[in-house]
Amino acid sequence: MDMETDQIYQVDVGNLLAFNSNHRFPAAPSSREELVKECVTEGTKLVQAIADTLFNFPSTETSDGPLVQLPPPTTKLPREKHLPRPKPPTKWEEFALKKGIQKRKKDKIVYDETTDKFKRRHGYDRVNDDNDIPIIEAKASDEPGEDPFAKRLDDKKKRVGKQEKNRLQNLKTAAKAGALPSHVQLAATALPISGTKAQPQKIGKEALGDVAGLAATSTASGGKFDKKLPGEKPPKKQGKHHKYLPVVPRHGGVDEEKEQTNKVLGKLLSKHSHEILNVGKAINMYNDKKEKKKSGRSDKLKAKKDITKKKPYANKADK
Amino acid sequence: MMEIRTPKTHKAKRVLEKRAPKLVENGKKTLILHGTKTSATLSAVLMELYRLKKGGAIKYSRRNENIRPFESGGETSLEFFSLKTDCSIFAYGSHTKKRPDNLVLGRMYDHHVYDLIEVGIENFKSLLSFSYDKKIAPHEGSKPFICFTGEGFENVPELKQLKEVLTDLFRGEVVDNLNLTGLDRAYICTAISPTKVFLTHCAIKLKKSGTIVPRIELVEVGPSMDLVIRRNRLPNEGLRKEAMKSSKDKPKKKVKNVDQDDVLGKRGRIYIPEQEVGKNPLPDKSKGVKRERREGKLKKNKEEGSASKKLKESE
Repeated sequence: MDMETDQIYQVDVGNLLAFNSNHRFPAAPSSREELVKECVTEGTKLVQAIADTLFNFPSTETSDGPLVQLPPPTTKLPREKHLPRPKPPTKWEEFALKKGIQKRKKDKIVYDETTDKFKRRHGYDRVNDDNDIPIIEAKASDEPGEDPFAKRLDDKKKRVGKQEKNRLQNLKTAAKAGALPSHVQLAATALPISGTKAQPQKIGKEALGDVAGLAATSTASGGKFDKKLPGEKPPKKQGKHHKYLPVVPRHGGVDEEKEQTNKVLGKLLSKHSHEILNVGKAINMYNDKKEKKKSGRSDKLKAKKDITKKKPYANKADK
Repeated sequence: MMEIRTPKTHKAKRVLEKRAPKLVENGKKTLILHGTKTSATLSAVLMELYRLKKGGAIKYSRRNENIRPFESGGETSLEFFSLKTDCSIFAYGSHTKKRPDNLVLGRMYDHHVYDLIEVGIENFKSLLSFSYDKKIAPHEGSKPFICFTGEGFENVPELKQLKEVLTDLFRGEVVDNLNLTGLDRAYICTAISPTKVFLTHCAIKLKKSGTIVPRIELVEVGPSMDLVIRRNRLPNEGLRKEAMKSSKDKPKKKVKNVDQDDVLGKRGRIYIPEQEVGKNPLPDKSKGVKRERREGKLKKNKEEGSASKKLKESE
């Protein structure tokens, strides 16, 4: 953009950018303010130069103000991300190209022969719905015990699985070429152990804590003085939890043991004691105890009588 | 074993599509963060830079000890943040004894460091210290004018790089249409020596002049500082060539309902909504009928009536 003087500015209207390469500061600017003033005046000249071209563009009036069409910027700046790479053709696309198969647009509404109506291709009440087939005619090649409906479902599952596998392969080749579609991510899941399909179970937080506790108890001091990792919780109390009441009640305090026994007695002797006491269970326990007493000791502890051994003088009385 | 993962919500899908590499890119976002130590001036600079770039900048407030842009291993954190926030320019501030009030401006290509330039800040004047008429204060997010003065920007390679980085930083979005009333700010950069650049931010006052082009007046409003060039790192030639590549063809816009034929020429399809003839109520003429028309109608009916009478009589 030419000015009255010799100076030619490099103006990039697309970026609202102007560059004056010919300015030279007179010897040494006297003070900071002088310097600043001079910079601002130079800047004003540059902005005026850009505005000159800008306001002379054909403008359209809108409600917000005059709108002007900016030319594309001339200064080249580096891109943020790489250019989108072309997608490699999928297996089907390659095959179609080779065979010369054209893509045909499918209609949403299709004529149904069986009902003489126009039905939609996909969705509710569709044309060739798998679930609507009432009768499947038996062919000579069919085995007697086979369920053809189940077989159809099975076939469909296999087809869907195959399609998914093919889709994954296509995406893998696209990812290799760096052209994976933006909304798809390929994630590596855990590797299965060869031969099995099971995936290793993830241990939960509580299970991990329990296992750590177990390991701690195996130490000589029962894990009390082990160094704790940051975030590790203190071990839960192992074993039975008993709260023993004081034998001698506190001075002037309530006798807790007495209270406890009174409570139990009260419950037993109350009007509704039959609801608290499980009579059937009590009878069973009593009978068991009686039988055990009869037999003397527990069967396990008693030495077993060897019946194969003959008692020498057991039946001598007969003679 | 690989698994295909697709976003389960439309919003997530739109975010991914926005961040994908495109032919015409979105404006670069700036990531502002600081290192182990910052001085008062430096934190003010970072805060004001964030305010200037409000719509397209992200400011991190915690200190980052493991970011060292000029060392080979110290960029991994930066690249990770750039990936997560989708920012391609960053401004990293730090203050050490050796390099006081240090600001590293860098750019990313594909979320890897592309180039870096380190400047020291001197004579910083915060935007709060400028007093001006509040009416001319620039609006947030307006497209600025950027002006460079001085032969240094052409001759000195470091200043050349700084010019490019500052343009990228202040440019904002590339737009096709611009509203002329929304032009209210300008950045002035002057090379006062081969190693020093004076940067200031001004508001624009448009004054009446004789022609369509108004007379421009600049009023200093924003922060002003001196940038002293310290270190820099230029991009490799190969990377630079790749980043500067641009595809010449514009994205083809699909033109629907038009087909071209050699026999019939260019044909278009028009879809008309169903006109329910008979369902729409007829217009009510009783209100608007003027007296003459009413009388005229009456006359007509009378004549017809008499005509029919005549016919009857004749029969």
